[in-house]
Amino acid sequence: MSEPVLDIRNVSKRFGSVTAVDNVSLQIQRGEFFSLLGPSGCGKTTLLRMIAGFEETTEGQILINGKDVAPLPPYKRPVNTVFQHYSLFPHMNVSQNIAFGLERKKTPKVEIGKIVKDSLDLVRLSGFEKRRPSQLSGGQKQRVALARALVMHPEVLLLDEPLGALDMKLRKEMQVELKNLQEQLKITFIFVTHDQEEAMVMSDRIAVMNAGKIEQVGKSCSEIYEHPRTEFVANFIGATNIFEANLNSGNGERDLQMPKGPAFAVDSHRNAGAVKFTVRPEKMQLSAQEIAGRVCLPVKVVDEIFQGTNTSWVVEYHGARYTIIEQNSKVVEEQGRFSRGDDAVLSWNPKHTVVLE
Amino acid sequence: MAQAIVRAFQRFPSLKPYSLVLLGLALLTVFFFFPLLIMLLYSFAQRGTYGGIKPVEDLQQYIFSFQWLSNYLRSFEPIYIEIYARSLWMAVSTTMLCLLIGYPIAYFISLKAKPSMKNLLMTLVVVPFWTSFLIRTYAWIIILRSEGLINNTLIALGLIQQPIETLLYSEFAVVLGLVYGELPFMILPLYASIEKLDTALLEAAGDLGANGFWTFWKVTVPATMPGILAGIVLVFIPTIGAFITPDLLGGAKSILVGNLIQNQFVIARDKPFGSAISFGLTTFVLMLLYLYARHSTRKEKAVFI
Repeated sequence: MSEPVLDIRNVSKRFGSVTAVDNVSLQIQRGEFFSLLGPSGCGKTTLLRMIAGFEETTEGQILINGKDVAPLPPYKRPVNTVFQHYSLFPHMNVSQNIAFGLERKKTPKVEIGKIVKDSLDLVRLSGFEKRRPSQLSGGQKQRVALARALVMHPEVLLLDEPLGALDMKLRKEMQVELKNLQEQLKITFIFVTHDQEEAMVMSDRIAVMNAGKIEQVGKSCSEIYEHPRTEFVANFIGATNIFEANLNSGNGERDLQMPKGPAFAVDSHRNAGAVKFTVRPEKMQLSAQEIAGRVCLPVKVVDEIFQGTNTSWVVEYHGARYTIIEQNSKVVEEQGRFSRGDDAVLSWNPKHTVVLE
Repeated sequence: MAQAIVRAFQRFPSLKPYSLVLLGLALLTVFFFFPLLIMLLYSFAQRGTYGGIKPVEDLQQYIFSFQWLSNYLRSFEPIYIEIYARSLWMAVSTTMLCLLIGYPIAYFISLKAKPSMKNLLMTLVVVPFWTSFLIRTYAWIIILRSEGLINNTLIALGLIQQPIETLLYSEFAVVLGLVYGELPFMILPLYASIEKLDTALLEAAGDLGANGFWTFWKVTVPATMPGILAGIVLVFIPTIGAFITPDLLGGAKSILVGNLIQNQFVIARDKPFGSAISFGLTTFVLMLLYLYARHSTRKEKAVFI
């Protein structure tokens, strides 16, 4: 692997007694679309602000292209930010906003005009040159903020929940647009969001943050979904079911014994003893009879929720509730095959079992 | 009377919203508009032998000979122009000094001070108002005069042998007194404006490569322009008509237009001429206010289109 464009080494940030970012290390490769995903207050924005230079690190180093940026103020760092609330200059029109950084770089006037025009083409806002930010919609402001940062040719573009203020439909459009733009320009994006779906749609890699720590960095989006390392990640990325069990000692194929339940073989490197494991709702199935080759649990049906493409079943097993999602690809008659209070069998393929840390 | 008003409101319900401003409107009419009207009429008249106004014998002849304009024509004589120029110069320098001193103070209080300290600091800014303006101006005399605080201190320190005589009764003293008196009127609107400033804009400027100075000049100043303009208006208007401060601190040499008007009424007993200069000054100020209003509404329009 080549030298990472951004190298975060054991970075911590404390505000008084509060630790906002706790010993985070990350390497981000050139041209990557990298997402920092986590609930609000998990420290993802603070981490981003430290990269941009708005906050100083309490401990650790941040290297851009192998150079420690600690002594550089924000205006000397080769990164640019798309702010959560756009932060367009209200007293300047769209052109002036985009030209702001170029004028500081002493780019010749003729060139600035051309770059501004090209960038507006890029974000599909040609003809909006003379508009003021107050005359733009949320999505348009978003594009101007993006163009304003992109014309600076940053080594890394930092995006702080840039789609947070947009409505659902526009959000989805902008997700695709952003992703296309990033692939076209090959600029490294670091994208902060609390929306797991958004992160999945756009990112090459995702880091899940919680309480200032990085819980997991996935090599791909599917890895983080299919193989969550911790209960937090499993819960945060999509709805999930958490079971308790006991892991026998051994290596490779080992027995997982559920209390008052079946035992089955899993592949895990976790330490032996009491563990939690998870199975995604869509990997589970509800049937009347036990099915050979699958882990089967006798359950009671609590609820059926029809959701159009899916049906969610809520079932009860030893006092805890679990969710099963079935695709409605089967014929309609199959619906309502269980009623509330019915006994049924919940089953899944043992290879879909993920043992958590 | 009261019943008549009540009945009027019953007959015309659309008047109701205006009932709240009725008292203010009445006060303004009686104590502001009528005196102004009287002054306007005075400004067209001639001074009587013992003060007051000379009765007009032939109104038609008075009007067509343009005698009624004589006070206004007289107010453009070079000796007066010099006074206007000096007043303008004093008002402009006072306003600029207030801006230069007031902006950092307002900036510090609104952006740098701890939130818990803000109210205390703003109270300190207006504390001087608790003492009469006249007394505060007299205090400056005690500080600036030949045997005053500053001269005595400098002599005691051995820095000078003779007291500096030009401290008091000079243009310096007048500007000092005016800046001191008007500074809160500059700080208050600036504070309100800077307080509303979105500090994320400052970060955005830094992010785009602007250092502190450039950020201030290109973002902070334009974004707080409404406060700057309001402060300029609030300081400039009272300053250009000021007469107590130049009277007490300026002595005879630095007479300003405010003193000129006062002298016409009190000393020269030429009420018509005093009225004419007053109206000239009022017209000038109104013109400036018009420019200010036009500037701000154009901005507003641009924002709300």
